[in-house]
Amino acid sequence: MNQEEQVKLMGLWGSPFSKRVEMALKLKGIPYEYIEEDVYGNKSPMLLKYNPVHKKVPVLIHNGRSIAESLVIVEYIEDTWKTSHTILPQDPYERAMARFWAKYVDDKVMLAVRKACWGPESEREKEVKEAYECLKCLEKELGDKLFFGGETIGFVDIAADFIGYWLGIFQEASGVTIMTAEEFPKLQRWSEDFVGNDFIKEVLPPKEKLVAVLKAMFGSVTSN
Amino acid sequence: MGDREEVKLLGVWYSPYAIRPKIALRLKSVDYDYVEEDLFGSKSELLLKSNPVHKKVPVLLHNNKPIVESLNIVEYIDETWNSSGPSILPSHPHDRALARFWSDFVDNKWFPALRVAAITKSEDAKAKAMEEVEEGLLQLEDAFVSISKGKPFFGGEAIGFMDICFGSLVVLLKAREKFKAEKLLDESNTPSLCKWADRFLSDETVKNVVPEIDKVVEFLQELEVRAQSAASRS
Repeated sequence: MNQEEQVKLMGLWGSPFSKRVEMALKLKGIPYEYIEEDVYGNKSPMLLKYNPVHKKVPVLIHNGRSIAESLVIVEYIEDTWKTSHTILPQDPYERAMARFWAKYVDDKVMLAVRKACWGPESEREKEVKEAYECLKCLEKELGDKLFFGGETIGFVDIAADFIGYWLGIFQEASGVTIMTAEEFPKLQRWSEDFVGNDFIKEVLPPKEKLVAVLKAMFGSVTSN
Repeated sequence: MGDREEVKLLGVWYSPYAIRPKIALRLKSVDYDYVEEDLFGSKSELLLKSNPVHKKVPVLLHNNKPIVESLNIVEYIDETWNSSGPSILPSHPHDRALARFWSDFVDNKWFPALRVAAITKSEDAKAKAMEEVEEGLLQLEDAFVSISKGKPFFGGEAIGFMDICFGSLVVLLKAREKFKAEKLLDESNTPSLCKWADRFLSDETVKNVVPEIDKVVEFLQELEVRAQSAASRS
């Protein structure tokens, strides 16, 4: 494999967006070189070159060209490497449903959870309720399926990685509870299966490190 | 596919998002029934049943199966009627990724900034938003030049995914320019985009499905009046 064919991924160790791409690469068995970016500190010239529009990670570099935006990258990975693990279904209607729910996670769920955990105290109750309702919608969509993707981890599961792993940690660090095992038995079971998967757990950031970083961040928020 | 396909599109005439599936269906020569929704009045039973999560248009119903979210619908149309008409999404994975990236940019960065500029009462916020809109247009100009490689559209010889995504907003943009006497698409700043916009609006698949600019201007005027009278009542 020549230099250009090699896959490089610029990412951030604790970011669920960055990890989505790593999960897709692992599931498909694609080797890659990982480059940690100090996004909050000093953005590297490489990042500014490969993602001049958003200056964010993750960024995938393959065949000398770069792709940004985590779900765009995951679709690129699916399009480029036809391996036995498929991330999106074959049927156009099922694909449309997968894209819909992935977008729902991104646009609604993650925003609502962020507002609930990070927002002002005065809005807390309202935002928690909103986040709760969004998660209930997902709980219903998951139903009795093993994964959102069916028998195997798919596009929506990858998009919902935050819920599978980070949400619990966010709740612990912020002291805000939105999702409990009693209220969300299906999502709870799903998240255990998700983080228990061999490929997924290989890329997850260490919990203690995340809790420490988040507590420091939340500490500064709640002390206002 | 032996049985007659039933294709229905729920939309509203003024929505750029509803224009997108219309263009895609025309590109693929698919016949469909169009249902105009009254979003200012009450949403139809069919809409509420087909899109219970967001209750928004557009919604495509294909043999009674609902597909929602405008760009999702466009991809669905491309994948379902894949042997008809041009490919809406490019075939090369990297070109596909670029089309998805730029349409995400338009929908999640550029257009929201334009909306803020249009709605906000704060002069500071408006100025900041307009700066983002103008910078976005310059970025889109560069993207167009690099992606089209001298061809007429983002999609090449024929209208493609990014043309549909950004093009659907051009009528709104031009209507706003007329309404507010503000130039947004400027020949000196974004010459290629200006030419592309004219080509897009006069294309066979587009010109009969986009609303007339003057009708949209009237609509924007009406919206402003409604907003002002609501504000004065509160």
